[in-house]
Amino acid sequence: MKLVYLAQDPTLADFGKDPWWLVLIKIVGAFVFAVLATLLGVWFERRVVARMAQRPGLNQIGPFGLLQTLADGIKMAFKEDILPKSADKVVYFFAPTISTICAVTALSVVPFGPMVSIFGERTPLQVTDVSVAVLVLLACSSMGVYGIVLGGWASGSTYPLLGGLRSSAQMISYEVAMGLSIVAVFMTAGTMSTSGIVSAQADGTRLNFFGLFDLPAPGWYAILLLPSFIIFFISTVGETNRAPFDLPEAESELVAGFMTEYSSLKFALFMLSEYVAMVTMSAVTTTLFLGGWRAPWPITLWDGANSGWWPLLWFMGKVIGLVFIFIWLRGTLPRLRYDQFMRLGWKVLLPINLVWILVLAGIRTLQKEDLGDSTRYSIIAGAVLVVLLVTLLWPSKKRPPQRTLQEKVNRRPAGSFPLPPMDLQVPPSPRMKRAVAEREPANVGAGQPGDAGTGHDEKEV
Amino acid sequence: MTTQTVLAAAGGVTGGEQITFWILAPLALIGAIGTVWARNAVHSALWLVLTMLCLGVFYVLQSGPFIGMVQIIVYTGAIMMLFLFVLMLVGRDASDSLIETLRGQRIAAIVLGLGFGALLATGMWRALGQADAAGLEQANANGNVQGIAALLFTKYVFAFEITSALLITAAVGAMVLAHVERRRQDRMDQVATMKARFRPGNYPGPKPGPGVYATSSSVATPARLPDGGLTERSVPQILPQRELTDEDRALKGTEK
Repeated sequence: MKLVYLAQDPTLADFGKDPWWLVLIKIVGAFVFAVLATLLGVWFERRVVARMAQRPGLNQIGPFGLLQTLADGIKMAFKEDILPKSADKVVYFFAPTISTICAVTALSVVPFGPMVSIFGERTPLQVTDVSVAVLVLLACSSMGVYGIVLGGWASGSTYPLLGGLRSSAQMISYEVAMGLSIVAVFMTAGTMSTSGIVSAQADGTRLNFFGLFDLPAPGWYAILLLPSFIIFFISTVGETNRAPFDLPEAESELVAGFMTEYSSLKFALFMLSEYVAMVTMSAVTTTLFLGGWRAPWPITLWDGANSGWWPLLWFMGKVIGLVFIFIWLRGTLPRLRYDQFMRLGWKVLLPINLVWILVLAGIRTLQKEDLGDSTRYSIIAGAVLVVLLVTLLWPSKKRPPQRTLQEKVNRRPAGSFPLPPMDLQVPPSPRMKRAVAEREPANVGAGQPGDAGTGHDEKEV
Repeated sequence: MTTQTVLAAAGGVTGGEQITFWILAPLALIGAIGTVWARNAVHSALWLVLTMLCLGVFYVLQSGPFIGMVQIIVYTGAIMMLFLFVLMLVGRDASDSLIETLRGQRIAAIVLGLGFGALLATGMWRALGQADAAGLEQANANGNVQGIAALLFTKYVFAFEITSALLITAAVGAMVLAHVERRRQDRMDQVATMKARFRPGNYPGPKPGPGVYATSSSVATPARLPDGGLTERSVPQILPQRELTDEDRALKGTEK
């Protein structure tokens, strides 16, 4: 039984052995997943946001409005493709394709499941894996921003240019926080390959609390490395330009940001890349922090939970859950101002991450090295002491003295802007009375069947 | 260890590696030429991105996957993005002028460049043409990333730290040069701006419209302040102060 269980876990040696038709099937499968994820993702987002806003949402075309996004896509394809006169034609043409290609390519190193059998071939449910797979993901996301930046620049107009500039600054800022969160995962898992990280989260190490008691630590890095997980997820929202970090396309400031001038299929490609990036980032978060395709706890009581095609289901469940959180954020939070956004990235996420990595490195060193017990305890005591000292000696802000309103008024220098007297009594306006008296009460019962129309009659009687 | 590492360690150049090289090498060259050739600065940067991407793939081919990916993430992703950021701020129409300031400069540059390239290529070829890769197996024995980490944090840790110190010094220097020193108390934050706005002598609000709280609807009637005083600022400056002349006052002959 144990042997079978181990065989489910693909290692790097299992990749690169597929026949060509299987490679083709996997690639096409990943691509179809991306496109379907976009179609269903837009539908899901619009339904969920509608529910959050107490509306029914899409419900006209197809069951539950499922075909609405398909209809929208077809409509978009038949729209006129406008090329602005001042656009840089080649770059303008290629920008959306860069975004889309990078977003889809990132899916190729995401593990969807364990070893499965496809037409008699045993193969991992993942297009490919390399020893630096997570870096491939980072590279794809950093190259994908080129599409947005170049699209904004090539449009030859001001709002798109501003959107592109914002996007480039945003990407550089949040990629740093993101990379540092991944460092914690590397340190814990000891590998950079995605399948390796998933298998490293299979079962937790046993935590030993000063030799007093043994505790099986949870395997998911979302629990083990909670600060990294939170910072990583915040950075993915920034990296995918989703609300509340959708500054490159802030419609209240920049019309539509980098895609203001885009229309027809090029616009559709940008749309596609945004949703594929959202799904890819959810899949990456699942892989790095939520145990990948492994079943969550109550399901693992069943022996077959992590074998065969079942893990695909758990994986999809986790991805959909994360996509829901993306949408939830959009439905809940207002957009940040640009300086607030930058401050969050550089002054909050980055320092917390650095300190956390330092702490984590300390913990790992304490666990691994053959330290004597006295040395270990003195190191721990020293760390606790430093933390205590810092908390105690942290300078507190000086509060200005509280003054009453009258004191504030008296403190004003001579020649200030004149104020009306503090005890000013404003007499009620005679016009206000008339307006209230003449207004009819709201016709509450008008919408209910049965008594429609009766409301008016009663009032006129 | 990946298949590629094994193959590269064997010293031979495999078919796949050759095909990739012959596809990407011309692209890298085209990118390099395009970088020099393009008149628009952003196009130039984009050609450079192409070359850098090709170089990244070359590193991966030569069983240095980590350095290849870092090349793409750091150089192509972050540094070229910063370049683009600056170039985009410069403006779209900032193209190079093609007027030669020195006569024959372009021809000379091309000839010298080609000569230098040929010299370098033949030199490298003669030096390394017969050499086989050695020691790759040992270097990548514990994995590529682990091998780099072991070297970087043991043998080369001093060089590494000095490089980082240099970079930080450069960054701090650039910030010091570009930073306009303003003392904390001189900085106008929101509260300070508001206080300045309500200081005596400054009128904080929009100017009151003429005729506010007035008995006349004439634009020449000054408005009243909250304490009841008149404010002359409410009367438009451009209103001519004129008196009617006798001619104006005289009957025009139109009345009955």
